[in-house]
Amino acid sequence: MTARIYVPCDAAAVALGADKVAKAFADAFAARGLDVQIVRNGSRGMFWLEPLVEVVTPFGRRVGYGPVKPRDVDALIDGGLLEGRGGPLYLDNVEKIPFFAKQERFTFKRVGLTDPVSLDDYLAHGGYKGLERAIAIGPSETVEQVFESGLRGRGGAGFPTGIKWRTVAACAPGKKYIVCNADEGDSGTFADRMIMEGDPFQLIEGMTIAGVAVGADKGYVYCRSEYPHAVAAMNKAVAAARKAGYLGSRIAGSEYDFDMEIRVGAGAYVCGEETSLLESLEGRRGLVRAKPPLPAHKGLFGKPTVINNVISLASVPFIMAEGAKAYADVGFGRSRGTMPIQLAGNVKHGGLYEIAFGVTLGELVEEVGGGTFTGRPVRAVQVGGPLGAYFPRELFDTPFDYEAFAKKDGLIGHGGIVIFDDSVDMAKQARFAMEFCSVESCGKCTPCRIGSTRGVEVMDKIIAGVEREKNLTILEDLSNTMKFGSLCALGGFTPYPVMSALTHFPEDFGRGSVPMAAE
Amino acid sequence: MTTGHIVSGSRHAHEAWSPTRGREIIADHLPLEGATLPILHALQETFGYVPQDAIPLIADAMNLSRAEVHGTFTFYHDFRHEPAGKHVVKICVAEACQAAGGHVTSAKVGEALDCAYGETRADGQVTLEPIYCLGLCACAPAAMVNGRLIGRLDDEAIDEIAAEVRS
Ligand SMILES: Cc1cc2nc3c(=O)[nH]c(=O)nc-3n(C[C@H](O)[C@H](O)[C@H](O)COP(=O)(O)O)c2cc1C
Ligand code: SF4
Ligand code: FES
Repeated sequence: MTARIYVPCDAAAVALGADKVAKAFADAFAARGLDVQIVRNGSRGMFWLEPLVEVVTPFGRRVGYGPVKPRDVDALIDGGLLEGRGGPLYLDNVEKIPFFAKQERFTFKRVGLTDPVSLDDYLAHGGYKGLERAIAIGPSETVEQVFESGLRGRGGAGFPTGIKWRTVAACAPGKKYIVCNADEGDSGTFADRMIMEGDPFQLIEGMTIAGVAVGADKGYVYCRSEYPHAVAAMNKAVAAARKAGYLGSRIAGSEYDFDMEIRVGAGAYVCGEETSLLESLEGRRGLVRAKPPLPAHKGLFGKPTVINNVISLASVPFIMAEGAKAYADVGFGRSRGTMPIQLAGNVKHGGLYEIAFGVTLGELVEEVGGGTFTGRPVRAVQVGGPLGAYFPRELFDTPFDYEAFAKKDGLIGHGGIVIFDDSVDMAKQARFAMEFCSVESCGKCTPCRIGSTRGVEVMDKIIAGVEREKNLTILEDLSNTMKFGSLCALGGFTPYPVMSALTHFPEDFGRGSVPMAAE
Repeated sequence: MTTGHIVSGSRHAHEAWSPTRGREIIADHLPLEGATLPILHALQETFGYVPQDAIPLIADAMNLSRAEVHGTFTFYHDFRHEPAGKHVVKICVAEACQAAGGHVTSAKVGEALDCAYGETRADGQVTLEPIYCLGLCACAPAAMVNGRLIGRLDDEAIDEIAAEVRS
């Protein structure tokens, strides 16, 4: 049997040198005349250990080494890496590392384990079982399964996916579309990227099930241009699925047709907003559309359209294969199932952590993430991307749940947590939120377009200490105008990071520290 | 070593603008639904930017007004109005990278390259751009240099970027 080692091709692993490590191994094996297969897998999501190399030992055990640098390669091979022997970088079975062992990997179960673009690998690890069942039970039962799973949109708004699918399914038969939102613009998030790079067939299967369920025969993935690796992986996987009859006409030997294409965005954050995304797919400026009509009724090219986030769609194969109940059985309150949480920024153990809803923010930051990599105390965390609120340590008992975060004037968004140590200047962060909004505004409505520019000017004055109280009052008024007068959440939610920074960290704005308001 | 998906990230030489070549590229993409963005991407891939002269060609081929195509072209941050420098350096300036010391790192890169953000250096060697998130937020600060990704950008990596830009 040929020996086998795994070196991730995930973009973050590559950014930390995985391609160079893979090449060093290839060269070293060639020089020694060893016949070793190098599989480029996805990432296990423990980025402090990347590049994380795994080996299948002659006894069939899979053990890891990391973080590996190209210069470590010779010593690793000479030290018995192919036999799975110990050494300074030895990690043993990586699934036993607490960060990994404590997760509930429903959607990420194959990510890091398999060769992402091998359809055989996908099938050998339970792939296409969900589609098989969808075809067996038929469209309306499939929609009901997704509804019963309690799955809510993972793109940010948390709208029940089953209801969206019902709406499109109920539209008269005819041209309908499945659109996957892979714009993932939020800083601190990379779950969509990891699925597309680490298990692209699962997203393809999820979209195909959606197509069967609502009667759509065409799908688009709109992927941001900052993700060239994800685009490459998706294109490769789509070609393989089509070749094997999983895309095209009469998919998997059924009576259904479904095919899909990958489209690339062009660097506009607002195109993550669903109607802006549709405009962009149609070839226009990404101006947000007023709703109604809902995309479910009049979406892409005016046709009924399911538009869902990558993780929403990638969760569906599990739900179909294991049953809605298996998914709904875990979770917290109205947030059912699991969430791939992304720990980012100044964090010791950064990465992807998939867990049932309900875990507290403090557990995630302190226990799972291990605090900051600078070793300084955590001062603030921003949850949910650039439109999400900053939380102080006092709110670390908040459970990860849509409603619990909303109650604290925050949002979980796409599940990104960005950790800051005590060197952060929260006034600067508030200014950045306004600046980001002004750079990325689609320009359709005044409160967002003009308000954010004014917001930057006002923040500059506050930071410079010019008429602070007066300008803070202007900032509060401005935030209210944006919150209530904007068409979409870019203008409407930018006040959250701004106001949360001011509320929880007034001292950074030159306001005396005030005790937190009682709840 | 044929598994996985490998993106080389190496630079390739761009062609000089030619209307014939432009028309060809446009025609290749015309059958796509909503072909405008794929066409703009393909033109930029070939010529390194979207030449102003291409806009009326797209408009004609797609039966759109020039204003509409121009509007689409100018809406998106990615599309270049003129050729970039020989090297393109993008530094992430979004929140997770800020949290990991990105303010200091991005300033250092600007100094090391002697180039302001959003500009191409006078000698045409480098274009330096801010970018909002590369999805490398758990190994921040992050950069993309000539299409190649770099995580945990430190002084050593900045020196390497500066050396690459000198070449
Ligand atoms: C400014 C803005 C940016 C957004 N960016 C994204 C994004 O990058 N990815 C995403 O899935 N949803 C994003 N959304 C949410 C989408 O509008 C929409 O709710 C989502 O695609 C629906 O899919 P879901 O129900 O599966 O979450 C964004 C919303 C706004 C207002
Ligand atoms: S809030 Fe901003 S981004 Fe949203 S529609 Fe209005 S101008 Fe456009
Ligand atoms: S914020 Fe810099 S890579 Fe995500």
